[in-house]
Parts: sequence; C-alpha cells; structure tokens
Amino acid sequence: MEKKKESGKGLSGPIALREEILKKYPRKVAKKRARSVIVNDPEAVPEILANVRTVPGIITQRGCTYAGCKGVVLGPTRDIVNITHGPIGCGFYSWLTRRNQTKPAEGEENFMTYSFSTDMQEENIVFGGETRLKNAIREAYENFKPAAISIFSTCPVGLIGDDIHAIAREMKKELGINIFGFSCEGYRGVSQSAGHHIANNGIFTHVVGTDDKERLGKFQVNLLGEYNIGGDAFEIERLFEEVGLTLISTFSGNSTVKSFAASHTADLNMVMCYRSINYIAEMMEEKYGIPWVKVNFIGADATAKSLRKIAEYFGDKKLSAKVEEVIAREFGKVEKVIAELKPKLEGKLAMMFVGGSRAHHYQELFKEIGVNTVSAGYEFAHRDDYEGRDVLPSIKIDADTRNIENLNVTKDEKRYRSDLAKKKEGLEKAGYQFKNYGGMMADMPKNSLVIDDINHWETEKLIEYYKPDVFCAGIKEKYVVQKYGIPLKQLHSYDYGGPYAAFEGAINFFREMERMLNTRIWKLVDAPWKNEPEIVGSITIEN
Amino acid sequence: MRKIAIYGKGGIGKSTTTQNTVAGLAEVGKKVKIVGCDPKADSTRLLLGGMAQKTVLDTLRLEGEDIDIDDIVRVGYGGVRCVESGGPEPGVGCAGRGIITSINLLEQLGAWDEKYQIDYTFYDVLGDVVCGGFAMPIREGKAEEIYIVVSGEMMAMYAANNICKGVKKYAEAGVVRLGGLICNSRKVDNEREMIEELAKRLGTKMIYFIPRDNMVQKAEINRKTVIEFEPAHQQANEYRALAKAIDENELFVIPTPLPMEELEELLIDFGLAS
Repeated sequence: MEKKKESGKGLSGPIALREEILKKYPRKVAKKRARSVIVNDPEAVPEILANVRTVPGIITQRGCTYAGCKGVVLGPTRDIVNITHGPIGCGFYSWLTRRNQTKPAEGEENFMTYSFSTDMQEENIVFGGETRLKNAIREAYENFKPAAISIFSTCPVGLIGDDIHAIAREMKKELGINIFGFSCEGYRGVSQSAGHHIANNGIFTHVVGTDDKERLGKFQVNLLGEYNIGGDAFEIERLFEEVGLTLISTFSGNSTVKSFAASHTADLNMVMCYRSINYIAEMMEEKYGIPWVKVNFIGADATAKSLRKIAEYFGDKKLSAKVEEVIAREFGKVEKVIAELKPKLEGKLAMMFVGGSRAHHYQELFKEIGVNTVSAGYEFAHRDDYEGRDVLPSIKIDADTRNIENLNVTKDEKRYRSDLAKKKEGLEKAGYQFKNYGGMMADMPKNSLVIDDINHWETEKLIEYYKPDVFCAGIKEKYVVQKYGIPLKQLHSYDYGGPYAAFEGAINFFREMERMLNTRIWKLVDAPWKNEPEIVGSITIEN
Repeated sequence: MRKIAIYGKGGIGKSTTTQNTVAGLAEVGKKVKIVGCDPKADSTRLLLGGMAQKTVLDTLRLEGEDIDIDDIVRVGYGGVRCVESGGPEPGVGCAGRGIITSINLLEQLGAWDEKYQIDYTFYDVLGDVVCGGFAMPIREGKAEEIYIVVSGEMMAMYAANNICKGVKKYAEAGVVRLGGLICNSRKVDNEREMIEELAKRLGTKMIYFIPRDNMVQKAEINRKTVIEFEPAHQQANEYRALAKAIDENELFVIPTPLPMEELEELLIDFGLAS
C-alpha cells in the first residue's frame, strides 16, 4: 500500500497544504478563504470564519434557505400539508430527498408521500399568486383534511411580494385549522441555516404550546434536531421506551404537528443537531422554563454518555439503574463487533464535510472503530458549531444575520415551569452542564485541517494530499470523489443505508464501513483518461 | 420601420405627448403602432376616443395562450394600431415581468407582420427605468430610438439623466440610441435654455419645445388628441411640428449621463440666473 506521507507531493504537513490551496485563489478570495481553512489546535481553538456568503463562482456544497426550512425542518412531519408556493422545481426537488422515515400509527395520516406545490405560472408572477395560493390551500383541505397546513415562499414570491402570512391568517379563519407561512425565500440567507432559523421561529410561534396535554409519563422529554434519516429516530425511540423516558415530540424525525403542539409539556429538551434547532430549545427555555442539554446518539460511547446525562438530570434511581442495564447489555454487542472489525479498519483515514453537526458526531463513531478523521468541516455551520458556545458573544452580527427575525420571547407566567428552573439551578451547582456545546474543533486532533464551506478545488487538493480511505459528504460530491477511486459515504441521506444511531446503528455503521473500505473495487478499474489522457478535437470554421 | 420608446418622469406627460405626436404622424399618412407599457393602460385612450381596450395580459389571463392578434389590437384615430400591455393592480405581482411577457407575446402573434406595413412603433413606458422589465423596450433591439420627455423641473431632469444611464447601458451592447429630449413646458424660468444645455451635455439635442396650453387638457377631457379635437388650434401645430422633427431626426447618440454634481450645478446656474 502506498504510504500516506509520500503521497503528499513533498508537502510536509497541513500548513504547507493549506498554503498550496490558498495560492491558487485571487488575492481577495485567498484572504477570505484563509480565515475558513484552519489548522486545528484543540488546546487553543483558533477562530474560524463561518456562516458568510460563498464567493460567487466557487462550487459550494451549500443549499438555499428554502431547502433548510421546508426540506430539512418541516419536511419530516407527516400530518402537516407543506405547500410550496412557487414554480414546481422547488417543491419537487425538496421532496423526500433526505430519506426521512416516518411510521404513522394505525389510521393516522402520512402526507410526506405527497409533494404539494402551487406550480406558479408566468401569469401568477405578473398578477400575483395570492389567489392561486388560496385555492391550493382550499383544495388541499378538501382532499386531505390535515391537522395543519403550512406555506413556504420561494424566491419569486419574495420578489413579487405575495403576502403569504395574511393569506395564512385568512385561510385559518375560513377553514378552522392551523395554517401558517414561512418567508423562507432561497436567497434570504447565507445557506440553508437561515431556513432552519425561520422554521424554528414559525413552529415556535404558531404550533408549540397550543395543546396543554395531560402528562403521559414520569420523565417527559423532547428530542430536538433528529430527522430520522434512514430510521435513526426509530433506534433512539426504542431505547427511550425501554429505559422509561416518555418522548413527547421529536423535531422533526418521525413527528407529527400534534406532538409539536404539546412539546412544551416536556421536562427536558435534548438537542441533537445543535445548528438546526438550538433556537427552539432556547426559546422554550425562556418561555416555559424547560432546560436543554446537548446530546449525541451517534456512536456507542456517545449514546451511553447521553443516556447517563439524561438519567442524571432526572435523578431517579430506578431510571439510572435501567439506563445502566441497557448500556451494559448493548455495549456487550457493540464490543463484540468492534473486536471483530477494528483490526481490519484501524489506522485508516476519513474526512467528512457535511451538515452543521454530522461532521462532528460521526468522528466519534469512526474513532470507536479506529478510523482517524484527518480533516473535517461543516457546510452551513456558524462559529459556535466549530469553536463552542463560549464564542457566542463575540460572533459578529452582520446584515445576513439581521435579515432573519430574532423573536422576542417572554416568560409564560401561567405555564412557566419554575420547578424545572429550580432543578436546573441545583444541578448546575453540582457541576452538571446545561446548554453545553463545546464545538467540533476541541474534539479534533492537533494539526487536523478544519475547513468551512469546502469547495471542489479544496476537496481535490485534500484527496491528492491525504489519499483518504473514505470521504463523507453528500450527493453533489459523491461522484467527483469516487472518480478518484475513493469511496464516498453520504451522511445526508446515508446512501441506501442506515440507521446508524445508537447501539444497533453503530454496529450497522461499522459493518458497512468494513465493506466499503475493504472492497478492492476502487482499485480494479482505472478511469479511461488515465490510459488515454488526451481528448482529440478539431474546430471547423463555417463561412 | 422606426421603433421608438418614450420615457420620462411619472406625470410628465409622456402618454399625452406620445399620442398627440402619433396623431401628427398619422395625419400625414404614416402607419403607426403604439404599445402602452403601463399597468394603468392609459397610453391609447386619446387615440381610441376613450374606448376601453382589453389589455394583452388580461386577455392572456382570461383566454390562455390561444390568442388572436385582433383580440388585443384596436385601430384608433388615423388608423393607428393600439395595444395596451396592462398589468397587475397596484401593489401586487410584477408589472415589469408583465411587460416582458406582453411584448414577447405580441411578437409571437405577429403584431409587426409585413402585411401591416408599419412605419412607426411607439412604446410608451411607465415612469423611470426602475427594473429590468421597464427596460424591456430598449433591450434586444425592440426600440431603437429613445425620446425622453422632460421639463425644467428639477426632478424631471434628474429622471431624464437617470434614464440616460439605462439607455447608455443597453446602447453600448446593442442598437438602441438616444434621439433627443422633448421639453414639455411647465413654464419654469429659463426652461428652454436649461433643457437645451442639458441636452447638449447629454450629447443630444432638445428636439422640440412644447409650450404649455390648456387646450391639451380640454382635448383630454374630450378623450381626444388636440389634432383631432381642435385641428386648427396652435397647439395642434406644435404637435405636428414635433412629429415632423422626429420624422426628420438624424441625430442618434449614446448618451453621456451627467454626474450628480454637474446636474445640480446646471440647475443652480440656470435657476439662480433668473
């Protein structure tokens, strides 16, 4: 096997590689990218430039604000009719592409298998699309009688100024169900991240707290930022059920809008994907006094840690005992698989550029099986996802940030859980950490390369230099990377695999990595241009 | 065929001036087509005697793509073929996009077919060149000559200068040229001299100075152009003279818009000189 160091074209470390990457850019671009391509030091985490507009012309991984709002956050909720107000492409291409799974109970509706769009025509652009939208809402209601309907603005709607919020109010009155809109035009923010924020604001304003449901269990929790890709949420739900936690609502994998409505009755919010959902966690704490903690169910160790953290919060002996029992049992299974597969994977290199939390979470999973992550970065994260929440006060508020409404949330005097606030205070004194997110960089080795909003040029240089054994990203990167003879694992959609969450998920992932990393298929075929590198062409000039 | 677009600040009298000028051309036997590019659809009222006209966009909306050219073209005074683009009601939709749609549709339907033997097409465009849609008539060679209606009032001159910026942009990439300024007098002091000087600095000329006369209002109330309403009146002769000046015009330029300071200086020089 080729030695990793020798493949670095004489470059001695990531510092030289970084220089080479930046050298190619025009001066101004280089200056900007230099602040987003960072050689890591976990002891003194350096500042990284994140959540700023991509330089035009660069091939970015990012998606748009609409994609973040409709596709990511609201997409996985099954009993709501999500109507895209716009030309047909936006609705169609954001439809089920993330492989969010859902399991409706007997007799329960599932609208996720439908794609709803107003299919705007030129005429609607010229004369406004409000009537068409109203008709679409009425039609959807007639056909499906859903619990709620939501409306998503696409770019042209923002340009012509259709007032979707006024229409939502009018239709809500007319039809008597919950109807609300999101001004999530694609251009609104730097990336899909802006769409997450808009979605959080909308759900919090229009849904959360509208159903004061009776208590269902002793330990009521919400799971925030778990989207049930490839069935991840099912794994976690099974664990919760076994240890005795009552899951009120998940935002938003395997979820219902009815469950969002009662989510304020939970005793604790657990935040999985911090980037996409921390806003709601924060607002729920302010309004209802529900504390939140960061959890991670990717990786067996991480899952065990998270379960213990929850048990510690409730401080119930029976719950803790059950948690320990489950961890011990599941760990037995996981360790057996690790013992079998680790020798085949140890020392291999991975890199991952995905999401606003996955690039962090999956490093833990790889670590358990002995695979090292040499370089990683997020697609749409902010500085706190890299450097931890401590940097929050020093994050510069720019025009793009101001473009997204920051809700002014006040305490709900009637429903505020003073008991939880008091519990939090006590636990904090004992050293328990709430709102604890330390970011990705503190968990990555020294001299690993951290890159925000990576582009194709940088991807290619990284591959040439590190020759990684597996590259984790999304569909837009998949085939470019695989043409280098390097397998790519999609961490947005899991390709066709999953679940990878919790203990069973970890086993599943280890087995898949063993198959993927040890197959010889990538070395068996050479790309045709390696043998015949030149394309011959001729130019004919017609007179 | 000469293809002309009339621009100018809102309320300056573009539609009135255009229709009266068109009447002057029609009177001497020219075959003219006029395309109103204003959602208010009031660019052909005087030529059609107030006749309500179905706009292109309304027809498109009500009858779909399967439209006959005769559904949207009305023949008015002197055989002038009149079209109104129309557009959304105030505050909704996108009027600019409407104009693009409408002009494309007219072309598709053969509104400029050989058989009509059209000598002149006039585009009467709403207000300022606020967005790409309102620049449509000067893009892609649709209109080749631009006349800007202006007066000695400051905001009208600002607007004229601004429109020149738009014209310059498309002129450098295409065939459109500035044909001149039409001064629609508001009886401002030194008005003629000031507009002549402005025209000179923009690299063009003031093609005509239309004096202010109440006859214009009178004719308008009667839903007619002055030429039709009171053919012997002096104001009718003014419009005939403007029509002739346009017909004989040979000075077509890429304008040189003024920097703000220079424009303000001009106003001060002529304004304070009085």
